[in-house]
Amino acid sequence: MTPEELAEIAESERVAQSRFTQRVNVCVAAGCLSCQSQSVKDALDREANRRDIKDHCQIKGVGCMGLCAEGPLVSTSSGVLYRKVQAENGAAILDSLGGQPVSHLVCRTDTPFFQRQKKIVLENSGVIDPERIEDYIAGEGYSALIKTLTEMTPREVIDQVTKSGLRGRGGAGYPTGLKWSTVSKSVGTKKYVICNGDEGDPGAFMDRSVLESDPHRVLEGMLIAAYAVGASEGFAYVRAEYPLAVKRLRTAIRQAERVGLLGSDICGTRFSFRVDVRLGAGAFVCGEETALIASVEGKRGTPRPRPPYPAMEGLFGEPTLINNVETFASVAPIIRKGGEWYAQIGTEKSKGTKVFALAGRVQNTGLVEVPMGISLREMVFEIGGGVPEGRKFKAVQTGGPSGGCLPSDCLDMPVDYESLAQAGSIMGSGGMIVMDESSCMVDVAKYFMDFCMTESCGKCIPCRVGTYQMHRILTAIGNMSATQQDLKMLEELCDLLKHTSLCGLGQSAPNPVVSTLRSFAEEYRAHVEEHKCPAGVCNAQPGGETE
Amino acid sequence: MSPVASVKTLKIDGRDLSGRQEETILDVARQNGIFIPRLCEMEGLSDVGACRMCLVEIKGQNKLLPACVTTVEEGMEVTTNSPRLEHYRRMILELLFTERNHVCSVCVSNGHCEMQMLGQRLGITHVHFPYRYPQEDVDASHDRFVIDHNRCILCTRCVRVCDEIEGAHTWDVMGRGINAKVITDLNEPWGSSETCTSCGKCVHVCPTGVLFEKGRSVAEMLKRRQFLPYLTLMRKENE
Amino acid sequence: MSKKRIATVWLDGCSGCHMSFLDMDERLLAIASAADLVYSPLVDAKEFPDNVDVTLVEGAVSSEEDLHRVQIVRQRTKTLVSLGDCAITANVPGMRNPFGTIPVYDRAYRENVSFDPGIPNQVVPALLPTSRPIHEFVPVDVFVPGCPPSADTIFYVLTELLEGRQPDLSPRTRFGA
Repeated sequence: MTPEELAEIAESERVAQSRFTQRVNVCVAAGCLSCQSQSVKDALDREANRRDIKDHCQIKGVGCMGLCAEGPLVSTSSGVLYRKVQAENGAAILDSLGGQPVSHLVCRTDTPFFQRQKKIVLENSGVIDPERIEDYIAGEGYSALIKTLTEMTPREVIDQVTKSGLRGRGGAGYPTGLKWSTVSKSVGTKKYVICNGDEGDPGAFMDRSVLESDPHRVLEGMLIAAYAVGASEGFAYVRAEYPLAVKRLRTAIRQAERVGLLGSDICGTRFSFRVDVRLGAGAFVCGEETALIASVEGKRGTPRPRPPYPAMEGLFGEPTLINNVETFASVAPIIRKGGEWYAQIGTEKSKGTKVFALAGRVQNTGLVEVPMGISLREMVFEIGGGVPEGRKFKAVQTGGPSGGCLPSDCLDMPVDYESLAQAGSIMGSGGMIVMDESSCMVDVAKYFMDFCMTESCGKCIPCRVGTYQMHRILTAIGNMSATQQDLKMLEELCDLLKHTSLCGLGQSAPNPVVSTLRSFAEEYRAHVEEHKCPAGVCNAQPGGETE
Repeated sequence: MSPVASVKTLKIDGRDLSGRQEETILDVARQNGIFIPRLCEMEGLSDVGACRMCLVEIKGQNKLLPACVTTVEEGMEVTTNSPRLEHYRRMILELLFTERNHVCSVCVSNGHCEMQMLGQRLGITHVHFPYRYPQEDVDASHDRFVIDHNRCILCTRCVRVCDEIEGAHTWDVMGRGINAKVITDLNEPWGSSETCTSCGKCVHVCPTGVLFEKGRSVAEMLKRRQFLPYLTLMRKENE
Repeated sequence: MSKKRIATVWLDGCSGCHMSFLDMDERLLAIASAADLVYSPLVDAKEFPDNVDVTLVEGAVSSEEDLHRVQIVRQRTKTLVSLGDCAITANVPGMRNPFGTIPVYDRAYRENVSFDPGIPNQVVPALLPTSRPIHEFVPVDVFVPGCPPSADTIFYVLTELLEGRQPDLSPRTRFGA
């Protein structure tokens, strides 16, 4: 593959696409597929065949369009978005292509949900066919890779990433440029790049959507990273619960190998890179980098103390760059448009955009990409459309089991790494669960503690036994059988786990408890002192504490 | 390796000490008679940093670091004991006591148990967290040895000694979190393990009364641990 | 100065701690000169009296009666001492906890009984679901681990408490000692 050949593919694909004067895009990412979007696409295909219009009308399966709550979603070349489309609507949609839209299916796109977003990572999602490399290439795909390989030194690539201010999108927010630079300077007989797609937070589906909607984008990011740090082999670690993401990623790898974008001597340079997929077997802790590396090595997925960091001693003891799916997906546009362009978006310390999975008690559940620094209020009430059924907003949970619950007085806070951490939560990978007055915060804390207890690997004592004891106390509070002493013990355990656990799972496991204790102390008090659950969720259990 | 060893000087509990760059804080502390509690670490085995008992404070560092895996650095100032560390260590050990059924009075290792001794040393006279009282198995299928899971603290010394020293890898860990347990082969009875060489190293590195020789009654199981550092040293010299 | 009032209570334990108490031998006389033993399995009082200065409690809380007694003891005692591992950890009585009460009843009242086997529903107090340490039910002031704690340890604890000092136990005894 040479730059010229790539340009040829892009050109011929553009010519091929220009034959189509009409286009109907059907979302075939997991969200819409789960409400039968495949049958919608099949029906459209059949109808188009019957009408014999396929020479100028394209029916295309595309990735996530974002508003999952209204799926299946269908968009047309006349700029109309349809919601909750059923197979029987196919004919009507085709009829409408030249004229008036099918009014009862139209989904308005002039709302904040669409208007307030800024799509960089998701720019191809819902636009291109994730199973065709040509479609990706036609939209400037792999041009960033060609640019790095032919025009830039590894140092220049790292400089651009550093300039962009991009930080790890997996949750911790470590500066990506610094990580790349460290790996590039580390010495080893071989270096590796790992893409962390072990997205495990309940309610989070950003990485899944990116992999399902635009897998080549992730590969391109990994390739650029590999060139920058001097790696020759990569692994994409994706949880096995994401079969569609795995399938599309594998397809993408095969396609990239076929056209010579993966393999030996890429673009006629001496740069070689291969990528393999590894499936996670359903352990949340394998999202932690050292546990993930152990898992890729074929060992039991447990974390180990750092240092040494993977950048120095990672996979098979060699320097390893490990970044999240979304981080890799942010790389190509940064290279294409320059680090300075990216750094203009966002806040002083948190640059660029972030993809969030909006879920819970919010009108518009779905996938959104927004500039960093947007306020929580805008996220929940404008983009999210507020709390449904006229109920009152209570809290928004960010960062999954490692994050915290932010009450209404945090709503005007900007969404960036530092602000969220200061408020007792974390950015996390981008899960955002909205809760209304029908949620009991003790119950929420118990839910997350149950998650952490079940997902603890069992290696270190504070996390293994501490999460069990915390869950026991939270259960007792929910059963109205807890005492003031239990509350004190709960706080003690929060402190212990935070400071003595081996890895991030245990260190952050108390966050949902600490943040609810801080902002909703009154609810805990009501359970313990008055034996009442203000939200009406918890019931006193006869016999008190249960084991 | 280069014959020139780089030596670092550091302070542990106010004492000026030195250590080779690959040595850990725990190594240097031990050489100088400074006590740092630990349960999973054992001289001669790889370190896993799992028990968290050896966490120490290092000046200028926010995080507490495990002495068993933290290598010495020039100018490092280490505090091995403080009210805060003692508080955490006591809590961690208390949690361990609640996890399974540690009944010292009927244990083969009573009086020779590392966990029991550490409890006394840390001044634990009672456990303020509630006990779990789980149902755990005892496997006496092996000709010479018994494993009583009631007393297991999951230090994984048995796993490591079997893999790293004996080379059999009979032991491993299965399950997650509070349900994790050590197993022989693919969770088969120890007695029918095809990989076990019956060498007994696991029995002697076990810090509590989990692994013991058949025929030992209460307080009768004395463990011999001295063999391990020598074995490791001799092997290194043979390489 | 009036003599201090001390008591000992035997809940679910083997009485080994009381044997160890008696092992103080001639030192019992020294204790007796400083305090009156107002309630104990060793003396004849039937009702736990009021205003006890120090009560040593042996044994775990295993039955409804144990629970009731330990609550009364707590109300009427200034300094409550958990004496021995059963009181502190549930120890041997707690070894039934993983199995529940039914196998315990079966073994005691069915499997080994030839005449009229069956679980008694009077006289014998009902077992609690699990046998547990005293401090899980009432606040405890001093913990004296050991199975049993030695006579020396008990003597030390009593003399310290009678002289108004807080005993420091971890150098002297431990679980299983």
